[in-house]
Amino acid sequence: MDEDEPITLEITRRTVIETGTTALLLTTLPRAALGAGPLDDAGPPPPPLTVELQINGQSHSLTLDPRTTLLDALREHLGLTGSKKGCDHGQCGACTVLIEGRRINSCLTLAVMHDGQSVTTIEGLAKGENLHPLQSAFVEHDGFQCGYCTSGQICSAIGMLAESRTGMPSYVTEDLTQQPELTDAEIRERMSGNICRCAAYPNIVAAIKQTAGMPT
Amino acid sequence: MKAFTYQRADSAAHAAATAVKPGAKIIAGGTNLLDLMKLQVETPSALVDINRLPLDKIEETPEGGLRIGALVRNSDLAADPRVRQRYGVLSRALLAGASAQLRNKATTGGNLLQRTRCYYFYDVAKPCNKRNPGSGCAALAGFNRIHAILGTSDHCIATHPSDMAVAMRALDAKVETVNGGGEARVIPIAEFHRLPGKTPEIETSLKSGELITGVTLPPPPPGVQLYRKVRDRASYAFALVSVAAIVDSSRGRISSARLAFGGLAHKPWRVAQAEEKLANTFANASTFNAAANAVLDGARGFGGNDFKLPLTRRTLHAVLAEITRT
Repeated sequence: MDEDEPITLEITRRTVIETGTTALLLTTLPRAALGAGPLDDAGPPPPPLTVELQINGQSHSLTLDPRTTLLDALREHLGLTGSKKGCDHGQCGACTVLIEGRRINSCLTLAVMHDGQSVTTIEGLAKGENLHPLQSAFVEHDGFQCGYCTSGQICSAIGMLAESRTGMPSYVTEDLTQQPELTDAEIRERMSGNICRCAAYPNIVAAIKQTAGMPT
Repeated sequence: MKAFTYQRADSAAHAAATAVKPGAKIIAGGTNLLDLMKLQVETPSALVDINRLPLDKIEETPEGGLRIGALVRNSDLAADPRVRQRYGVLSRALLAGASAQLRNKATTGGNLLQRTRCYYFYDVAKPCNKRNPGSGCAALAGFNRIHAILGTSDHCIATHPSDMAVAMRALDAKVETVNGGGEARVIPIAEFHRLPGKTPEIETSLKSGELITGVTLPPPPPGVQLYRKVRDRASYAFALVSVAAIVDSSRGRISSARLAFGGLAHKPWRVAQAEEKLANTFANASTFNAAANAVLDGARGFGGNDFKLPLTRRTLHAVLAEITRT
């Protein structure tokens, strides 16, 4: 979450702009502040809101600044740091979690938008000491090097396998009218929202294939 | 992110009435808006969340088309059996866009309203007439590889990034809206997005406080539907050029054609003259060329995107050759 500029700066900026001396301002303020468009109301942040989330089967009541992303709520407010912040802009997939069973980027949604909904994170997959089959398959196939993208890859793969079971097509599905069959190309296309900078992709695909019951 | 107040809308009209207030913004999927808010390209002081409104259905229309609720997620629309059977170009276009995670969140209405991915629009340290009217356009003489070649102005050469909207343009979709007073309006997709002109900050014909409630597709036109997207990566990248084509042909003779293009302009691009050049002709290089000439009439590059002129021509050739092969 980006921090606010000091309130004094807000007031100064507005005052200066309203008096029409923006040229002077241009040289003295951070450029980012100028590009930010219409000024918001100066003053304290809005009151916090309470949100109920079912996270990995447990109910949590959180009181949050409405700006808190779901990812920040998980990591900073609940200590569930398994979901990673990579790009924080929905481009890398490291923050992937499941909401009501569907995979999404938790960095690009606000926690308050999910009041009453269920969230599954990497922490909710193992049953005690027993890893989820995808977790075991990632270990077995060495589906990672640094491991930073792994929790997102695994949550994404769970969502992907569920989508595939319901017959959701992908960009590489040849016949849209048929139930698509998982292939290497299908898995790669469906997992394209999860970047692995160590490029463990072949092993990630192998781990997913094993979990899907395909020959590896 | 700048501070904002958050509230959930009770109804579409309530959302529209609330969104008319200065600084207020509707949030649906949020995949584009929150991204822009983090960068302070967007700085709403109030967010109105419409996610719980009952606008998430896909229904048959009496005319034989489909009505798609504004909150239908891109993945659900792409996977709908009726869309896959009858509007393959739309399903294909949706599946060509973004990643699975984003498609699970992004909505039909939000997809239409997403902002350009021009680097200078995103960089608040740079001039941009769209973000900061009157400040200039850094793309004109900057890195403009991804920028528009058609319908540009001296004020803005940004493209509209949607794939979905390109398919909808080819399908002659209609955008349905409601305002704060509860009045409904229908906007043909051709008139929904605007060219930049002198006011690139005004991107659509929506009025202040007008909310998209759905998109209606007329019955599918005859012919084969195809969506071809040319991009820098095989997946998860915006179009350099994309083509939504619906062509009715038999044994090399074309009876009708519809062509809409993405990646080329501030709106999905469609040229009636190009389609006329193809109607009632034989599928061959010379007719394809005539169509490409009509599409590219008035096109100009800005240095980095000069390649889009030949790329558009070649992509159109490939699409027309494939679609008339049967």
